[in-house]
Amino acid sequence: MSRCLTERCIDHIVLERGEVANSWRYERWESLRLLTPNWQSNLPGYRYDGDNPDGYMKLSEIIDFIDGYAAFISAPVQTDTTVSSVRCTNDCYEVITNQGGWHCQAVVLASGAFNIPSVPPFSDRLPASIRTVTPNQYRNPDQFDNGGVLVVGASATGLQLAEEIHSSGRPVTLAVGEHVRMPRVYRGLDIQWWMDAIGVLDERYDEVDDIVRARNVPSPQLVGTPERLTMDLNSVTDIGVKLIGRFTGINNSEALFSGSLRNVIALADLKMNRLLDTIDEWATDNGKDGEVQDSQRYSVTRVDDAPPLGIDLSNGEIRSIVWATGFRPDYSWLEVPVLDRKGRIRHQGGVVDSPGLYVMGLTFLRRRKSSFIHGAGDDARDLSVHLASYLDQCSTGPRH
Amino acid sequence: MATTTETSVDNGVNVQALLDARAALTEAPEGAKFIWRANCKWVNGTHSHSLVKSFFGLGEEQNHITEFSFDADHPEVFASADKGAAPIEYVLVGLASCLTAGIAAIAQHRGIQLRSVSATLEGGMDIQGILGIDSDVRNGFDGIKVSYQIDADASKADIEALVAQSQKRSAVFDIVANPTNITVEINA
Repeated sequence: MSRCLTERCIDHIVLERGEVANSWRYERWESLRLLTPNWQSNLPGYRYDGDNPDGYMKLSEIIDFIDGYAAFISAPVQTDTTVSSVRCTNDCYEVITNQGGWHCQAVVLASGAFNIPSVPPFSDRLPASIRTVTPNQYRNPDQFDNGGVLVVGASATGLQLAEEIHSSGRPVTLAVGEHVRMPRVYRGLDIQWWMDAIGVLDERYDEVDDIVRARNVPSPQLVGTPERLTMDLNSVTDIGVKLIGRFTGINNSEALFSGSLRNVIALADLKMNRLLDTIDEWATDNGKDGEVQDSQRYSVTRVDDAPPLGIDLSNGEIRSIVWATGFRPDYSWLEVPVLDRKGRIRHQGGVVDSPGLYVMGLTFLRRRKSSFIHGAGDDARDLSVHLASYLDQCSTGPRH
Repeated sequence: MATTTETSVDNGVNVQALLDARAALTEAPEGAKFIWRANCKWVNGTHSHSLVKSFFGLGEEQNHITEFSFDADHPEVFASADKGAAPIEYVLVGLASCLTAGIAAIAQHRGIQLRSVSATLEGGMDIQGILGIDSDVRNGFDGIKVSYQIDADASKADIEALVAQSQKRSAVFDIVANPTNITVEINA
């Protein structure tokens, strides 16, 4: 957005609570790699130019990439500046920070979708002997005692952490709710290439049947590895991870799990096959069949006949719990009345329900790719057009 | 929300009314709060008689068109008079009818014409639990198996997706698969 505003000669400042790429520096685990291939990492006027377009950036490379972009566009970033409130006063917004206040005509909320871990309400009834960790606190398996670990959630984060922790010698049980399964590489090409080609990544918020549902779809079970491996429930079962239903509650010291495991697995397998059917049809319609490998289907997800419905948390078998149950944005500093009854910000494709206020980076904000690095460009271009015309309507320009 | 319903498909489900209700209740979520009721009277032995008539929903008291009654008992192998289905069989009936209703509604919404839908349900139970013989054995089902036979104008994968979606949206499936707090009080 800063780049797009600069191009339009709109005076602006980027406030950053810490350093550039702060959450990548301090709130991610060590082995993390991007879920999107390097060729897809592009921002307005800037793209990956290394020698491994099909690879996936390591954490240090992601930080360098974002740092590099900030320098490339000479972004007017003010670091170590924590916003404590944004409020609407008369004809402008007042932004209070630990480094003083600002008055501005427009505010773009780019503080992210992944600020506060979404932990189920019953988590406060866990026995005190159980150590709990959220993904933003997780660094590597050595932060756990020896002994069993329950990983709750089987999207990309939960699966990756389950695999890494189990491989460290701590037996993992993985609680599985609804999830999205897809192969890393399909017919020789990255699944992201296919999703881009068939147009689903560019699908707009005003084109889908049910945007609320689309925004709630879990992130796909993907991992970025040098070997371009597929990670799914079968691959973690192969190394010995135990699958169990969704974590639904605690009764005394017993953790209770849903009997719906078989159905959430059936749903994910069916939806994956539907995606692959769509890809195959697109390949045929676009004359791609001769250029790529043959189509294939993957084995159904295996599940035990009778996975346990309860685990005694007091017997020491499970020592730690990882809540890979997602995140939500933090709007505790936003004093503009734009949140709905579920605490979600009311917006139309990033144009917030308060003139001059914009939001970016949320899941399916404007397009299905909105929360990815490569999705920021198109959203920023669209929203900067809207923002510029809003400023034109205002009698005065931005002032500090 | 767009509907994919085709006019030629008729499973006897008014999908438009359901979609309209969904839209209305999204705007007014307090109307979505329902309370379901049953009244039960002991008759004799293990025989009881239950009635279902009123419920609360859409912000006010509601009634079924007629009062429905249910006899429950246990079979003769339990030394009972067998005046009705066993309570545990009512659970299977509830699950079967909930999933089947969901299949019809979702098929209508997805434009799938159903010709026949039948289900067989089996719930396994070790009665050492209810008889107090072995405290390690649970009272309830150790598992439920549902087998559907569906004849419809759709591919195998589409029929599988229909049944999976019905489980995802089923109230009774949720009640059986997930824990529910129960409060039993006595009014002397």
